[in-house]
Amino acid sequence: MVPDINPVVLLFASIFTSNILLANFLGMCSFISISKDMKSSNGLGLAVTVVLTLTAMLNWVLLQYVLIPLDLLYLRYIIFIIVIAATVQILEMVIDRVSPALYMSLGIFLPLITVNCAILGVALFMQIRNYSFVQTVVFAFGSGLGWWLAIVTLAAIQKKLVKAPVPAGLSGPGITLITIGFMAMAFIGFSGMLSVQ
Amino acid sequence: MNEDSPVQILKSNVWYSNPIFIQILGICSTLAVTNNLSNTFTMTVGLMFVAAFTNITVSLLKGIIPRKVRMILQTLIIAFYVIIVDILLRAYLPEISKALGPYVGLIITNCIIMGRAEAFAQSHGPLISAWDGITSGLGYMWVLMLIAFVRELMGFGTLFGIAVLPAGFTPWTIMVMAPSAFFLLGTFIWVAKTIILKQEASSMQPKPGRKQASCSAMQPKGGK
Repeated sequence: MVPDINPVVLLFASIFTSNILLANFLGMCSFISISKDMKSSNGLGLAVTVVLTLTAMLNWVLLQYVLIPLDLLYLRYIIFIIVIAATVQILEMVIDRVSPALYMSLGIFLPLITVNCAILGVALFMQIRNYSFVQTVVFAFGSGLGWWLAIVTLAAIQKKLVKAPVPAGLSGPGITLITIGFMAMAFIGFSGMLSVQ
Repeated sequence: MNEDSPVQILKSNVWYSNPIFIQILGICSTLAVTNNLSNTFTMTVGLMFVAAFTNITVSLLKGIIPRKVRMILQTLIIAFYVIIVDILLRAYLPEISKALGPYVGLIITNCIIMGRAEAFAQSHGPLISAWDGITSGLGYMWVLMLIAFVRELMGFGTLFGIAVLPAGFTPWTIMVMAPSAFFLLGTFIWVAKTIILKQEASSMQPKPGRKQASCSAMQPKGGK
Protein backbone atom coordinates (compact mmCIF):
# COMPACT_ATOMS: atom_id res chain seq x y z
CA MET A 1 0.00 0.00 0.00
CA VAL A 2 2.82 2.40 0.88
CA PRO A 3 4.07 4.06 -2.31
CA ASP A 4 7.64 3.26 -3.23
CA ILE A 5 9.27 6.69 -3.19
CA ASN A 6 12.77 7.46 -2.03
CA PRO A 7 12.53 10.01 0.84
CA VAL A 8 15.27 12.17 -0.69
CA VAL A 9 13.40 12.36 -3.97
CA LEU A 10 10.20 13.11 -2.09
CA LEU A 11 11.91 15.95 -0.22
CA PHE A 12 13.02 17.65 -3.42
CA ALA A 13 9.73 16.97 -5.12
CA SER A 14 7.77 18.58 -2.30
CA ILE A 15 10.00 21.65 -2.32
CA PHE A 16 10.25 22.21 -6.05
CA THR A 17 8.23 20.20 -8.50
CA SER A 18 5.02 19.85 -6.55
CA ASN A 19 5.36 22.90 -4.36
CA ILE A 20 2.45 22.99 -1.95
CA LEU A 21 1.63 26.56 -2.86
CA LEU A 22 2.53 26.94 -6.51
CA ALA A 23 1.30 23.57 -7.72
CA ASN A 24 -1.39 22.73 -5.19
CA PHE A 25 -2.66 26.23 -4.34
CA LEU A 26 -2.55 25.57 -0.61
CA GLY A 27 -1.88 28.29 1.93
CA MET A 28 -2.81 31.19 -0.31
CA CYS A 29 -4.75 33.34 2.15
CA SER A 30 -1.97 34.26 4.52
CA PHE A 31 0.47 34.10 1.62
CA ILE A 32 -1.06 37.03 -0.21
CA SER A 33 -1.63 39.21 2.83
CA ILE A 34 1.74 38.66 4.52
CA SER A 35 4.08 38.55 1.55
CA LYS A 36 4.53 42.32 1.45
CA ASP A 37 7.26 42.32 4.04
CA MET A 38 10.46 40.27 4.09
CA LYS A 39 10.80 39.87 7.85
CA SER A 40 7.28 38.65 8.45
CA SER A 41 7.56 36.33 5.47
CA ASN A 42 10.58 34.70 7.01
CA GLY A 43 8.88 34.38 10.38
CA LEU A 44 5.74 32.92 8.90
CA GLY A 45 7.72 30.55 6.70
CA LEU A 46 9.62 29.21 9.68
CA ALA A 47 6.44 28.87 11.74
CA VAL A 48 4.66 27.02 8.94
CA THR A 49 7.59 24.61 8.50
CA VAL A 50 7.72 23.80 12.22
CA VAL A 51 3.97 23.40 12.68
CA LEU A 52 3.60 21.44 9.46
CA THR A 53 6.24 18.89 10.43
CA LEU A 54 4.95 18.51 14.00
CA THR A 55 1.29 18.16 13.12
CA ALA A 56 1.94 15.80 10.23
CA MET A 57 3.78 13.45 12.58
CA LEU A 58 1.03 13.60 15.21
CA ASN A 59 -1.68 13.16 12.62
CA TRP A 60 0.08 10.20 11.06
CA VAL A 61 0.28 8.43 14.42
CA LEU A 62 -3.38 9.14 15.19
CA LEU A 63 -4.42 8.06 11.71
CA GLN A 64 -2.53 4.75 11.73
CA TYR A 65 -3.10 3.72 15.35
CA VAL A 66 -6.50 5.17 16.17
CA LEU A 67 -8.60 6.15 13.19
CA ILE A 68 -7.86 3.23 10.85
CA PRO A 69 -8.02 0.40 13.46
CA LEU A 70 -11.27 1.75 14.87
CA ASP A 71 -12.70 2.34 11.39
CA LEU A 72 -13.33 6.01 12.16
CA LEU A 73 -11.77 7.39 9.00
CA TYR A 74 -14.70 9.72 8.39
CA LEU A 75 -13.79 11.58 11.58
CA ARG A 76 -10.38 12.48 10.17
CA TYR A 77 -11.26 16.08 9.31
CA ILE A 78 -12.30 16.82 12.86
CA ILE A 79 -9.35 14.98 14.39
CA PHE A 80 -6.82 16.64 12.09
CA ILE A 81 -8.12 20.13 12.69
CA ILE A 82 -8.23 19.64 16.46
CA VAL A 83 -4.65 18.34 16.45
CA ILE A 84 -3.54 21.34 14.41
CA ALA A 85 -5.33 23.87 16.61
CA ALA A 86 -4.06 22.25 19.80
CA THR A 87 -0.46 22.01 18.54
CA VAL A 88 -0.47 25.66 17.56
CA GLN A 89 -1.88 26.66 20.93
CA ILE A 90 0.65 24.60 22.91
CA LEU A 91 3.55 25.74 20.75
CA GLU A 92 2.53 29.33 21.31
CA MET A 93 2.49 28.88 25.09
CA VAL A 94 5.81 27.01 25.13
CA ILE A 95 7.59 29.57 22.96
CA ASP A 96 6.19 32.40 25.04
CA ARG A 97 7.55 30.78 28.22
CA VAL A 98 10.91 29.61 26.87
CA SER A 99 12.02 32.41 24.61
CA PRO A 100 10.22 35.77 24.62
CA ALA A 101 12.49 36.99 21.83
CA LEU A 102 11.48 34.13 19.57
CA TYR A 103 7.88 34.70 20.58
CA MET A 104 8.05 38.24 19.31
CA SER A 105 9.32 37.14 15.92
CA LEU A 106 7.42 33.87 15.53
CA GLY A 107 4.58 33.80 18.04
CA ILE A 108 2.44 36.45 16.42
CA PHE A 109 2.16 34.29 13.30
CA LEU A 110 1.12 31.14 15.06
CA PRO A 111 -2.62 31.86 15.35
CA LEU A 112 -2.66 32.58 11.61
CA ILE A 113 -1.41 29.10 10.95
CA THR A 114 -4.42 27.23 12.29
CA VAL A 115 -6.38 28.40 9.28
CA ASN A 116 -3.54 27.91 6.82
CA CYS A 117 -4.87 25.38 4.34
CA ALA A 118 -1.40 24.00 3.71
CA ILE A 119 -1.29 22.38 7.15
CA LEU A 120 -4.55 20.51 6.78
CA GLY A 121 -3.77 19.88 3.12
CA VAL A 122 -0.55 18.04 3.92
CA ALA A 123 -2.35 15.89 6.51
CA LEU A 124 -4.99 14.96 3.95
CA PHE A 125 -2.43 14.30 1.21
CA MET A 126 -0.47 11.96 3.45
CA GLN A 127 -3.64 10.05 4.23
CA ILE A 128 -4.80 9.80 0.61
CA ARG A 129 -1.36 8.84 -0.70
CA ASN A 130 -0.74 6.32 2.08
CA TYR A 131 2.68 7.65 3.05
CA SER A 132 4.80 5.81 5.60
CA PHE A 133 5.99 7.66 8.69
CA VAL A 134 9.35 8.64 7.20
CA GLN A 135 7.71 9.71 3.96
CA THR A 136 5.18 11.78 5.88
CA VAL A 137 7.85 13.60 7.86
CA VAL A 138 9.92 14.28 4.76
CA PHE A 139 6.89 15.36 2.76
CA ALA A 140 5.68 17.71 5.49
CA PHE A 141 9.11 19.20 6.07
CA GLY A 142 9.69 19.65 2.34
CA SER A 143 6.28 21.23 1.86
CA GLY A 144 7.03 23.67 4.66
CA LEU A 145 10.38 24.57 3.11
CA GLY A 146 8.74 24.94 -0.29
CA TRP A 147 6.14 27.27 1.15
CA TRP A 148 8.83 29.25 2.92
CA LEU A 149 10.85 29.54 -0.28
CA ALA A 150 7.80 30.69 -2.21
CA ILE A 151 6.74 33.36 0.28
CA VAL A 152 10.27 34.77 0.64
CA THR A 153 10.72 34.87 -3.13
CA LEU A 154 7.42 36.64 -3.53
CA ALA A 155 8.27 39.15 -0.80
CA ALA A 156 11.53 39.94 -2.61
CA ILE A 157 9.73 40.43 -5.92
CA GLN A 158 7.09 42.60 -4.27
CA LYS A 159 9.79 44.85 -2.90
CA LYS A 160 10.82 45.69 -6.46
CA LEU A 161 7.25 45.84 -7.60
CA VAL A 162 6.46 48.76 -5.30
CA LYS A 163 8.44 51.01 -7.59
CA ALA A 164 6.89 49.72 -10.79
CA PRO A 165 4.07 51.63 -12.46
CA VAL A 166 1.16 49.19 -12.23
CA PRO A 167 -2.27 50.14 -13.64
CA ALA A 168 -4.67 51.20 -10.87
CA GLY A 169 -7.02 48.27 -11.33
CA LEU A 170 -4.24 45.73 -11.34
CA SER A 171 -2.35 46.96 -8.31
CA GLY A 172 -2.66 44.99 -5.09
CA PRO A 173 -3.88 41.41 -5.27
CA GLY A 174 -4.15 41.39 -9.07
CA ILE A 175 -0.48 41.89 -9.77
CA THR A 176 0.44 39.63 -6.85
CA LEU A 177 -1.51 36.77 -8.39
CA ILE A 178 0.07 37.28 -11.79
CA THR A 179 3.50 37.33 -10.16
CA ILE A 180 2.67 34.07 -8.40
CA GLY A 181 1.65 32.72 -11.80
CA PHE A 182 5.10 33.48 -13.20
CA MET A 183 6.74 31.90 -10.17
CA ALA A 184 4.61 28.81 -10.66
CA MET A 185 5.77 28.64 -14.28
CA ALA A 186 9.38 28.87 -13.17
CA PHE A 187 8.84 26.05 -10.70
CA ILE A 188 7.26 23.89 -13.39
CA GLY A 189 10.65 24.07 -15.06
CA PHE A 190 11.96 21.85 -12.28
CA SER A 191 9.56 19.08 -13.14
CA GLY A 192 11.93 17.69 -15.74
CA MET A 193 14.31 16.71 -12.94
CA LEU A 194 12.02 14.47 -10.93
CA SER A 195 8.56 13.22 -11.43
CA VAL A 196 6.75 12.28 -8.27
CA GLN A 197 3.06 12.79 -7.84
CA MET B 1 -31.48 51.78 2.39
CA ASN B 2 -31.51 48.93 4.86
CA GLU B 3 -28.06 47.31 4.95
CA ASP B 4 -29.45 43.93 5.88
CA SER B 5 -32.23 43.57 3.32
CA PRO B 6 -31.94 40.31 1.33
CA VAL B 7 -31.38 42.16 -1.95
CA GLN B 8 -28.65 44.27 -0.43
CA ILE B 9 -26.90 41.19 0.93
CA LEU B 10 -27.11 39.53 -2.46
CA LYS B 11 -25.59 42.54 -4.21
CA SER B 12 -22.89 42.93 -1.65
CA ASN B 13 -21.85 39.28 -1.63
CA VAL B 14 -22.01 38.76 -5.36
CA TRP B 15 -20.34 41.98 -6.45
CA TYR B 16 -19.49 44.84 -4.06
CA SER B 17 -17.66 42.78 -1.50
CA ASN B 18 -17.25 39.59 -3.48
CA PRO B 19 -15.25 37.11 -1.43
CA ILE B 20 -12.82 36.43 -4.24
CA PHE B 21 -11.93 39.62 -6.03
CA ILE B 22 -12.52 42.13 -3.24
CA GLN B 23 -11.65 40.23 -0.11
CA ILE B 24 -9.29 37.66 -1.67
CA LEU B 25 -10.52 35.05 0.76
CA GLY B 26 -10.63 31.33 0.54
CA ILE B 27 -9.16 30.78 -2.88
CA CYS B 28 -6.81 28.07 -1.67
CA SER B 29 -9.17 25.18 -1.53
CA THR B 30 -10.96 25.86 -4.74
CA LEU B 31 -8.51 27.27 -7.26
CA ALA B 32 -6.95 23.83 -7.55
CA VAL B 33 -10.05 22.26 -9.05
CA THR B 34 -10.79 24.98 -11.61
CA ASN B 35 -9.38 23.06 -14.57
CA ASN B 36 -12.68 21.31 -14.97
CA LEU B 37 -16.22 22.75 -14.90
CA SER B 38 -18.04 19.85 -13.25
CA ASN B 39 -15.49 19.59 -10.44
CA THR B 40 -15.65 23.32 -9.84
CA PHE B 41 -19.42 23.24 -9.80
CA THR B 42 -19.57 20.37 -7.31
CA MET B 43 -16.97 21.98 -5.12
CA THR B 44 -18.67 25.38 -5.00
CA VAL B 45 -22.09 23.83 -4.37
CA GLY B 46 -20.51 21.95 -1.47
CA LEU B 47 -19.04 25.18 -0.20
CA MET B 48 -22.38 26.95 -0.49
CA PHE B 49 -24.06 24.16 1.47
CA VAL B 50 -21.46 24.29 4.22
CA ALA B 51 -21.55 28.09 4.37
CA ALA B 52 -25.34 28.22 4.63
CA PHE B 53 -25.68 25.54 7.29
CA THR B 54 -22.72 26.79 9.31
CA ASN B 55 -24.29 30.24 9.32
CA ILE B 56 -27.64 28.83 10.47
CA THR B 57 -26.02 26.80 13.23
CA VAL B 58 -23.77 29.59 14.44
CA SER B 59 -26.66 32.01 14.38
CA LEU B 60 -28.89 29.66 16.41
CA LEU B 61 -26.17 28.96 18.95
CA LYS B 62 -24.82 32.47 19.23
CA GLY B 63 -26.40 33.04 22.65
CA ILE B 64 -25.08 29.78 24.08
CA ILE B 65 -21.46 29.69 22.87
CA PRO B 66 -19.05 31.45 25.23
CA ARG B 67 -17.02 34.03 23.35
CA LYS B 68 -13.68 32.53 24.29
CA VAL B 69 -14.22 29.15 22.67
CA ARG B 70 -16.31 30.27 19.72
CA MET B 71 -13.51 29.93 17.15
CA ILE B 72 -12.85 26.29 17.88
CA LEU B 73 -16.58 25.56 18.05
CA GLN B 74 -17.15 27.27 14.72
CA THR B 75 -14.37 25.16 13.24
CA LEU B 76 -16.00 22.01 14.59
CA ILE B 77 -19.39 23.03 13.20
CA ILE B 78 -17.78 23.62 9.79
CA ALA B 79 -15.95 20.28 9.98
CA PHE B 80 -19.25 18.55 10.80
CA TYR B 81 -20.93 19.85 7.65
CA VAL B 82 -17.86 19.17 5.52
CA ILE B 83 -17.98 15.54 6.63
CA ILE B 84 -21.61 15.37 5.49
CA VAL B 85 -20.66 16.83 2.11
CA ASP B 86 -17.78 14.38 1.81
CA ILE B 87 -19.95 11.36 2.62
CA LEU B 88 -22.69 12.51 0.22
CA LEU B 89 -20.16 13.02 -2.56
CA ARG B 90 -18.60 9.62 -2.04
CA ALA B 91 -22.01 7.96 -2.10
CA TYR B 92 -23.54 9.71 -5.09
CA LEU B 93 -20.67 11.12 -7.15
CA PRO B 94 -17.73 8.75 -6.49
CA GLU B 95 -15.89 9.84 -9.65
CA ILE B 96 -15.89 13.51 -8.76
CA SER B 97 -15.16 12.75 -5.13
CA LYS B 98 -12.01 10.95 -6.20
CA ALA B 99 -10.95 13.76 -8.50
CA LEU B 100 -11.45 16.37 -5.80
CA GLY B 101 -9.29 14.35 -3.40
CA PRO B 102 -8.22 16.33 -0.36
CA TYR B 103 -9.80 19.54 -1.53
CA VAL B 104 -13.26 18.72 -0.16
CA GLY B 105 -11.77 18.44 3.33
CA LEU B 106 -10.01 21.71 2.79
CA ILE B 107 -13.34 23.52 2.75
CA ILE B 108 -12.85 23.51 6.55
CA THR B 109 -9.98 25.94 6.32
CA ASN B 110 -11.71 28.08 3.73
CA CYS B 111 -11.62 31.51 5.30
CA ILE B 112 -14.90 32.60 3.72
CA ILE B 113 -17.03 30.27 5.81
CA MET B 114 -15.47 31.22 9.11
CA GLY B 115 -15.39 34.85 8.02
CA ARG B 116 -19.13 34.90 7.30
CA ALA B 117 -19.95 33.03 10.50
CA GLU B 118 -17.91 35.53 12.48
CA ALA B 119 -18.91 38.70 10.65
CA PHE B 120 -22.55 37.98 9.90
CA ALA B 121 -24.14 34.96 11.60
CA GLN B 122 -22.77 36.00 14.99
CA SER B 123 -25.05 39.06 14.97
CA HIS B 124 -28.04 38.08 12.78
CA GLY B 125 -31.01 35.73 12.78
CA PRO B 126 -30.80 32.21 11.33
CA LEU B 127 -32.82 32.76 8.15
CA ILE B 128 -31.01 35.84 6.95
CA SER B 129 -27.72 34.19 7.90
CA ALA B 130 -28.56 31.23 5.69
CA TRP B 131 -29.24 33.68 2.86
CA ASP B 132 -25.91 35.34 3.53
CA GLY B 133 -24.15 31.98 3.32
CA ILE B 134 -25.88 31.07 0.07
CA THR B 135 -25.12 34.41 -1.58
CA SER B 136 -21.48 34.30 -0.46
CA GLY B 137 -21.32 30.89 -2.09
CA LEU B 138 -22.89 32.35 -5.24
CA GLY B 139 -20.38 35.17 -5.36
CA TYR B 140 -17.70 32.55 -5.07
CA MET B 141 -19.24 30.25 -7.62
CA TRP B 142 -19.66 32.59 -10.55
CA VAL B 143 -16.07 33.80 -10.44
CA LEU B 144 -14.61 30.31 -10.21
CA MET B 145 -16.99 28.94 -12.86
CA LEU B 146 -15.78 31.65 -15.19
CA ILE B 147 -12.16 30.67 -14.59
CA ALA B 148 -13.01 26.98 -14.97
CA PHE B 149 -14.86 27.79 -18.21
CA VAL B 150 -11.76 29.34 -19.76
CA ARG B 151 -9.41 26.68 -18.41
CA GLU B 152 -11.47 23.72 -19.55
CA LEU B 153 -12.31 25.25 -22.93
CA MET B 154 -8.71 26.16 -23.74
CA GLY B 155 -7.06 23.28 -21.95
CA PHE B 156 -9.17 20.37 -23.15
CA GLY B 157 -11.48 21.89 -25.77
CA THR B 158 -14.48 20.69 -23.79
CA LEU B 159 -17.22 22.12 -21.54
CA PHE B 160 -18.58 19.88 -18.79
CA GLY B 161 -16.71 17.06 -20.54
CA ILE B 162 -18.47 17.58 -23.88
CA ALA B 163 -16.25 18.46 -26.82
CA VAL B 164 -17.23 21.87 -28.18
CA LEU B 165 -14.20 22.95 -30.16
CA PRO B 166 -13.42 21.46 -33.58
CA ALA B 167 -11.11 18.43 -33.64
CA GLY B 168 -8.28 20.45 -35.21
CA PHE B 169 -7.96 22.60 -32.09
CA THR B 170 -4.64 22.26 -30.28
CA PRO B 171 -5.24 22.35 -26.52
CA TRP B 172 -3.24 24.89 -24.56
CA THR B 173 -1.32 22.73 -22.13
CA ILE B 174 -0.61 25.72 -19.89
CA MET B 175 -4.34 26.02 -19.15
CA VAL B 176 -4.36 22.61 -17.49
CA MET B 177 -1.41 23.48 -15.30
CA ALA B 178 -1.32 25.55 -12.14
CA PRO B 179 0.06 28.89 -13.42
CA SER B 180 -2.93 29.56 -15.66
CA ALA B 181 -5.23 29.67 -12.63
CA PHE B 182 -3.11 32.41 -11.12
CA PHE B 183 -2.96 34.33 -14.39
CA LEU B 184 -6.70 34.07 -14.99
CA LEU B 185 -7.63 35.06 -11.46
CA GLY B 186 -5.17 37.96 -11.59
CA THR B 187 -6.63 39.17 -14.88
CA PHE B 188 -10.13 38.74 -13.56
CA ILE B 189 -9.36 40.83 -10.49
CA TRP B 190 -7.87 43.46 -12.79
CA VAL B 191 -11.03 43.70 -14.88
CA ALA B 192 -13.37 43.66 -11.88
CA LYS B 193 -11.38 46.26 -10.03
CA THR B 194 -11.18 48.54 -13.05
CA ILE B 195 -14.96 48.42 -13.39
CA ILE B 196 -15.40 49.14 -9.69
CA LEU B 197 -12.95 52.04 -9.80
CA LYS B 198 -14.85 53.50 -12.77
CA GLN B 199 -18.14 53.18 -10.92
CA GLU B 200 -16.70 54.91 -7.91
CA ALA B 201 -15.28 57.70 -10.02
CA SER B 202 -18.57 58.28 -11.84
CA SER B 203 -20.62 58.17 -8.66
CA MET B 204 -18.31 60.73 -7.06
CA GLN B 205 -18.51 63.47 -9.67
CA PRO B 206 -22.08 64.57 -10.52
CA LYS B 207 -24.16 65.00 -7.39
CA PRO B 208 -27.67 64.71 -8.83
CA GLY B 209 -26.60 61.70 -10.86
CA ARG B 210 -26.00 59.57 -7.80
CA LYS B 211 -29.12 57.50 -8.31
CA GLN B 212 -28.24 56.91 -11.91
CA ALA B 213 -24.81 55.78 -10.97
CA SER B 214 -26.13 53.18 -8.60
CA CYS B 215 -28.44 51.96 -11.35
CA SER B 216 -25.64 51.60 -13.83
CA ALA B 217 -23.73 49.81 -11.12
CA MET B 218 -26.23 47.02 -11.41
CA GLN B 219 -25.81 46.63 -15.13
CA PRO B 220 -22.69 44.50 -15.27
CA LYS B 221 -24.55 41.79 -13.44
CA GLY B 222 -27.38 41.92 -15.96
CA GLY B 223 -29.96 43.52 -13.70
CA LYS B 224 -31.59 41.69 -10.85
